[in-house]
Amino acid sequence: MVERKILGITPSQTVGPFFHYCLVPAAYPYQAAVDAAIAGAGTAVEIVGTVLDGDGAPVGDAMLEFWQADAAGRYADAGPPANAPFRGFARVATDASGVFRLQTVKPGAAGANAPHIAVSVLGRGLLNRLYTRAYFAGEAANASDPVLALVPAARRSTLIATAEAPGRWRFDIRLQGEGETVFFAV
Amino acid sequence: MTEIYPTASLAAHAPSLSPGYRSTQKRAPLLPPIAIPAGAGELSGPILGHEAIRPGDDDLTKTADGKEAQGERIVVSGRVLDEDGRPVPDTLVEIWQANAAGRYIHAVDQHPAPLDPHFYGAGRVATDAQGRYRFTTIRPGAYPWRNHANAWRPAHIHFSLFGRSFLQRLVTQMYFPGDPLHALDPIMDSVTDAAARARMVARFDIDTTMPEWALGYVWDIVLRGRAATPMESGSHG
Repeated sequence: MVERKILGITPSQTVGPFFHYCLVPAAYPYQAAVDAAIAGAGTAVEIVGTVLDGDGAPVGDAMLEFWQADAAGRYADAGPPANAPFRGFARVATDASGVFRLQTVKPGAAGANAPHIAVSVLGRGLLNRLYTRAYFAGEAANASDPVLALVPAARRSTLIATAEAPGRWRFDIRLQGEGETVFFAV
Repeated sequence: MTEIYPTASLAAHAPSLSPGYRSTQKRAPLLPPIAIPAGAGELSGPILGHEAIRPGDDDLTKTADGKEAQGERIVVSGRVLDEDGRPVPDTLVEIWQANAAGRYIHAVDQHPAPLDPHFYGAGRVATDAQGRYRFTTIRPGAYPWRNHANAWRPAHIHFSLFGRSFLQRLVTQMYFPGDPLHALDPIMDSVTDAAARARMVARFDIDTTMPEWALGYVWDIVLRGRAATPMESGSHG
């Protein structure tokens, strides 16, 4: 067997403040490469949240990316039997008030995992993408979710979206300080 | 083939709190991230490739009506690889950058340098079967920012890559060789490992330089990920 040569990975850098016209170009004359919403069969839901910094000030120039299973708990690249055209990925920017909105379908449980949406947070001042998960309050499967079980009980609520109105769930993200959102290393 | 993602490789990244880069001070999480095993959601990822690409998306030097941007024309090419050196094919690469004068078309950029009506500054390609990508663009200018007194960002091109899984997602910046601003830039300098920092710098390449047309720069990008089992003898140089 040959010795395995390992290449060093390319370091992450901040997405900076000027990404919108390329990555989330809704206000610009450029065609988006990536969906701004997740479409599919199932229960339509809106996830709404505010991204806040360590002073509690809104983060008006963040970008969030979402990756989730479909209503049956299948990820889009899982192969045949394909659940196409489900894509399961979207990205949106926060507005000047730090608010983001995701139109999606409620994901199903995938394996032992309770229904959740993977959330990446990128922005000026974030040298590395932050990774968190949005679970749904009231799901019985939350009690046995293996990832929630790794989180100290006092911080688990930062990972659980709460019902705000029919079909609308609130998931605020606190980057730093009191009530800091749990971020994961994988 | 099953992928593994050794966490030791992540040491190449900057610490999230890098006080010299002022914007990290109130935005970097202060609690350590909680380690979790990679599950189905992390080992899978969006399939984003050719469908998002339109003709001309790889050439930032011309507007749709054929008008040419101002500045020094360059070709930036390279390969997207994983830690085993295996190519990452058919994956979306998005770039954005300032124009030759150091000005972004972005509405928030108010640096008093001229906008170029024939330069938008965003492009995208999908890597080919060998993981290769190639853009024709304009060499971006340096520009001032308000991080500290007399702060200037070195010339750079922003890159966004997806790879094959959620864990391979990477947003980074490509820098140009020999720029005296590198050592003064808190964003570049946030990467404390000098060898890792050097991996963000493209090299000038005469072989991809197009005679009487454009200078060539080569930059390979290495995403996380290895094969779970050792490769067969002879399959890897």
